[in-house]
Amino acid sequence: MTRKDPANFVDLLRRMWLIRAFEEKASALYAERQIVGLLHLGIGQEAVAVGACSLLRRDDFIFGGHRSHGHAIAAGADVNKLMAEIAGRATGYCGGKGGSMHIVARETGFITATGVVGGTIPLALGGAFAAKEKKRRQVAAVFFGDGAGQAGPFHESLNIASLWRLPVIFVCENNGYAEFTPLSAHTKIERLAQHAKTYGIPASTVDGNDLFAVREAMSDAVEKCRAAEGPVFVECLTHRLRGHYEGDPAKYRELSQLAEWKKKDPIARVAAALKKQKVISDKDLESIEREARELIEKAAAFALSSPWPAPDEVNRQVYA
Amino acid sequence: MPEFTYLEAIRAGLAEEMRRDKSVYIFGEDVALGGPFGVTQGIADKFGLHRVVNTPISEGTVMGLAIGAALAGLRPVVEIMFIDFITLAMDQLVNHAAKLHYISGGQLKVPLTVRVQCGISGTMGAHHSQSLEAWLAHVPGLKVVMPANSADAKGLLQSSIRDDNPVVFVEHRGLYWTKGEVPDGERVVPIGKAAVLRSGDQLTIVALSSMVAPALAAAEDLAQEGISAEVIDPRSIAPLDVDTIVGSVKKTGRMIIVHEAVEQGGIGAEIAARIQQEAFYYLDSPIVRVAAPFAPIPASPALETAFLPGKERIIEAARRAFAP
Repeated sequence: MTRKDPANFVDLLRRMWLIRAFEEKASALYAERQIVGLLHLGIGQEAVAVGACSLLRRDDFIFGGHRSHGHAIAAGADVNKLMAEIAGRATGYCGGKGGSMHIVARETGFITATGVVGGTIPLALGGAFAAKEKKRRQVAAVFFGDGAGQAGPFHESLNIASLWRLPVIFVCENNGYAEFTPLSAHTKIERLAQHAKTYGIPASTVDGNDLFAVREAMSDAVEKCRAAEGPVFVECLTHRLRGHYEGDPAKYRELSQLAEWKKKDPIARVAAALKKQKVISDKDLESIEREARELIEKAAAFALSSPWPAPDEVNRQVYA
Repeated sequence: MPEFTYLEAIRAGLAEEMRRDKSVYIFGEDVALGGPFGVTQGIADKFGLHRVVNTPISEGTVMGLAIGAALAGLRPVVEIMFIDFITLAMDQLVNHAAKLHYISGGQLKVPLTVRVQCGISGTMGAHHSQSLEAWLAHVPGLKVVMPANSADAKGLLQSSIRDDNPVVFVEHRGLYWTKGEVPDGERVVPIGKAAVLRSGDQLTIVALSSMVAPALAAAEDLAQEGISAEVIDPRSIAPLDVDTIVGSVKKTGRMIIVHEAVEQGGIGAEIAARIQQEAFYYLDSPIVRVAAPFAPIPASPALETAFLPGKERIIEAARRAFAP
């Protein structure tokens, strides 16, 4: 933890726990088939979401990907409405029309996610373009994985963002796997930040399981963007502790590798740091976890007791 | 009424909307320089390079950028230089622009206009001549308009820009230098409303975009043969003004549909299906489609002529509709 960082890290730890509890509950409900469809969990990646979003404002423009429950919660999304959405209920953020991969929590600044890998990177450029024109020091931030780094729009977006000096922060969650395949099988480029440098964008690679490191990199990035100095690329090295989607046995991954990453659990690391600094006690830590799990139990109860959308919703809202 | 070319009418519509609404921005390749046909000529001088933005040749990303800007409160107009290149932007258009209002449960709106020109003109071959509007009309959430004259070009463009939905505004390159009267002042043409261009009571000819003029010429010739044809330009294909076409067919009992796009899976198939659903018992003969063959667009002028439907084929189709 850097001394000058004024954040309330206990609150940030609470937020990380809220994400972890949310996703573990979603996983359990999925196993019971109370939640169906495709569920991509980011368990183990909470430090990136919370570190990044804790530096953003509600009038900034945040874009996610297909693994974005965490980003939405980090941005301040209501866990009841989020759980209801992924359970397909009428009370969900999108009335059940979006689901897990299409979260929109407009009031938090979390604009949208996407089912297409890398699909929101160009959208973030648009948010940044509008921000630049409005001159209210807003920024756009977009989360994507290492798998997006080999897609055309990623490269086109880095080029345009650099060319037009757009206030956009590219937050790359490099979790080492594009679906089932390790990054090394998809590209010779080991660090995606290298691409950003090619396009003339300041870039750094940080330990994405270290909340303090993510905050430090993001703090610099946000400052540069708000000062109209152009885009910044922050690559966060992390790992998802679950499969690509729920139901994926992830046989492509060595168990030893999983064990290594579990040792670097981002929540445990924040907890240990705060304890070491005597900011927090074991008892406090227990209550933070318990409170998060209670909130999520309530969210699940809210979601599962909510009505399904009415059938006549099926072709409503096709046009604005 | 003053006369404008189709191209000048589009330019006038753009300029009026940019003047009226400061959130209207133009994005596209070479747009600040007027583009290859001069549609945006002089717009950058009037409104500045910050609102008339030249982009790299990155159609998909520029489309996404415009969608993002629309989500953030702007009202972008994206120019895709040839409809053949809209393929590169289909992901953003189909997966984001068209769906975000619905899948956000109404939280988001995408007030985006995509200007694109299509069609055969100037023997430009397989990648600069296609008519792909039926793909777009198949996507829930998109609106698709295809003006056939100067007045509709201006009025529909203004409606498109003011619409809170993504609208694909499909221009036809072959119409750019055709002239037509454009009413002075504000005359916005509503999206989803067909125009009856000629009245008749024996045959309905539904013609789109570049095929409207040949359809009117064919109707004139058919009148000499004693066939009274009504000519309807749907102007919008999504939403489609089915009522106007149904009303006409109930009166005439016969219908021809004419478009420049390939016949198989073209919008004519949809129109025919809707008519047989709603006016089957009024039909005295099978619906006939006049459209391009199921082939890519060839480069040779000789083959291009063979590919393109026109007045003669419309007249033949009309005679077929009346064959005993």
